[in-house]
Amino acid sequence: MTPGYVVRRFGVLVLVVFLATTVNFIIPRLTPGDPIEQKLSQLVATSGGQIGDVTAMVESYRKRFGLDQPWHVQYVNYWIALARLDLGFSLENFPERVSDAIAAALPWTVGLLGLSTLIAFGIGSLLGGLLAWPRTPPGARAAIPLLMLLSAVPYFLLGIILVFLLAIKVKLFPAGGGYPFGAILRFDLATGVGIVHHAALPALSIILAGIGTWALGMRGMMISVLGEDYITLAEAKGLSERRIFLWYGLRNALLPQVTTLALTLGHVVSGAILVEVIFSYPGVGLKLYHAILAKDYFLIQGIVLLLIVSIAVTMFIMDLIYPLIDPRIAYRRR
Amino acid sequence: MAFASLSLGTRLEAGRSNPALVAGLALLGLVILAALVGPWLINPEDARVGAFAPSRPPSAAHIFGTDTQGRDVLAVLVLANPETLKVGFIAGTVGLGIGTLLGLASGYFGGITDAVIRTTADVLTTIPGVAMLVLVATFIKTMTVGLMALVVASLAWIYPTRAIRAQTLSLRERAYIQVARLNGVGGLELVLREILPNLLPYTAASFVSAVSHAIIATIGLEALGLGPQNAFTLGMMIYWSQFYGAIVRGLWWWWGPPILLILVIFVALLLTSAGLDRIVNTRIRSAA
Repeated sequence: MTPGYVVRRFGVLVLVVFLATTVNFIIPRLTPGDPIEQKLSQLVATSGGQIGDVTAMVESYRKRFGLDQPWHVQYVNYWIALARLDLGFSLENFPERVSDAIAAALPWTVGLLGLSTLIAFGIGSLLGGLLAWPRTPPGARAAIPLLMLLSAVPYFLLGIILVFLLAIKVKLFPAGGGYPFGAILRFDLATGVGIVHHAALPALSIILAGIGTWALGMRGMMISVLGEDYITLAEAKGLSERRIFLWYGLRNALLPQVTTLALTLGHVVSGAILVEVIFSYPGVGLKLYHAILAKDYFLIQGIVLLLIVSIAVTMFIMDLIYPLIDPRIAYRRR
Repeated sequence: MAFASLSLGTRLEAGRSNPALVAGLALLGLVILAALVGPWLINPEDARVGAFAPSRPPSAAHIFGTDTQGRDVLAVLVLANPETLKVGFIAGTVGLGIGTLLGLASGYFGGITDAVIRTTADVLTTIPGVAMLVLVATFIKTMTVGLMALVVASLAWIYPTRAIRAQTLSLRERAYIQVARLNGVGGLELVLREILPNLLPYTAASFVSAVSHAIIATIGLEALGLGPQNAFTLGMMIYWSQFYGAIVRGLWWWWGPPILLILVIFVALLLTSAGLDRIVNTRIRSAA
């Protein structure tokens, strides 16, 4: 890993953040008759009793963006506010801050998405490896078309079917929410069980839809790894099949899967957002859905920015770690 | 129509030896046929709010039952199918058109043109498409099916650009291109007459994947509530059924048929692209 590679990769990260922020700034201003202004005046007109609050919000909005100032001053102010992690106030639940609203939802999304992606990655990779393994019974190959189908289905469509089958028809799991209704979240066993029970179905739909992608990718990698000379050597040495499969085959085929994980992260997150909507899971995706319904522009912008920046940073970190765990790649990289 | 021209363009020596392509195109043909003929066979009045008694399960009169608004689900489905295909088709075409142009320019001219186009495409691939599209769609006041297609198309060119660029790079160094260049064919003529025709299988494969990505993105945006509120599309059917709690209330006939149709469309596109991949690969093998 050369310093040049790190610098170039960091440059891409900076570009992504710059682009996302700028687009976030420009798009509302391109729309004829700034919709944020309209929403604000609508709020002023309809707020009735709590007019004081809304006026305060409009004031803070004006002050923050200095709407009477030229656009480049507004743009600089926008960046200054962002640097302070100030994403403004929620238009729907003033005086809640957008950053607080997101912070409350984030652990749910990270937990659900992180765990189920890891599980899908593990199961899928093992499955793909087994499908490429010559000693696997030929009947098992019938699973390949099914895996292709699963990899093509948008996560949330699978989610709808699962809710209907396992929550409505057979009442095994709750149909929505992140924890038992009305429960107070504490650090005890009952709360933990409730959370896992509620997370099971959304996790299952992410896992099922993810397994296909990982298994198919792994199968391709494994086939090419199994053709390598060191596999033949390992067989000639008389090593046990299990050892060849796990330590010579799977281990070497697994690394490129990590790249795929980095590349598809955006896709995975987009899919998970919709799964949260289907399951009313209290994460960032559901927040985004409600924000869209209520036209809570600041919240929408904040969530979009968070998604783009966090995925860009994760990909950056993964790209830096990757050459360390797989020395082969250091030479191939531009 | 589209079925015939596609199968003609990609016939080559494949055909019978490529069951995936045949099955995929046949399935696509059926869906497209349903989109073309279907709307003539049903009464559009059946898809109006309050046309029938609401929330009725499937029966002889209403094969897919009625929704909570008293619409005949079959009628809505038949009207929604062509709209969703239209979005996929427009976004796929725009994406492929821009992608081919940029990919050719990037791969053929190299230098600064390539650096700019490549970096832009690289940067945009790391941005989750849905996040960007949500932002754009949020600030569109009245969403229509056409606008939806353009919004989705705004990101649909990235993958084709990369695919076409990679192929142009490898084609550029082939012997027959060098011969043509030595014969004094240059610039635009070389690109249009020597490179472009040989990219055809790749553009076909890129088109199929662009259409399928566009449909996924569209349905995602629609399920989030950013779709055309007054139009019938498959994604809006799912949005409204979710909005009115059809899943929890057990009205499976409302969301089931659109999901099934979406699955059929995806399987058809998947088979087609797997079949096209096979053609692309045999051509690589025979050329080597």
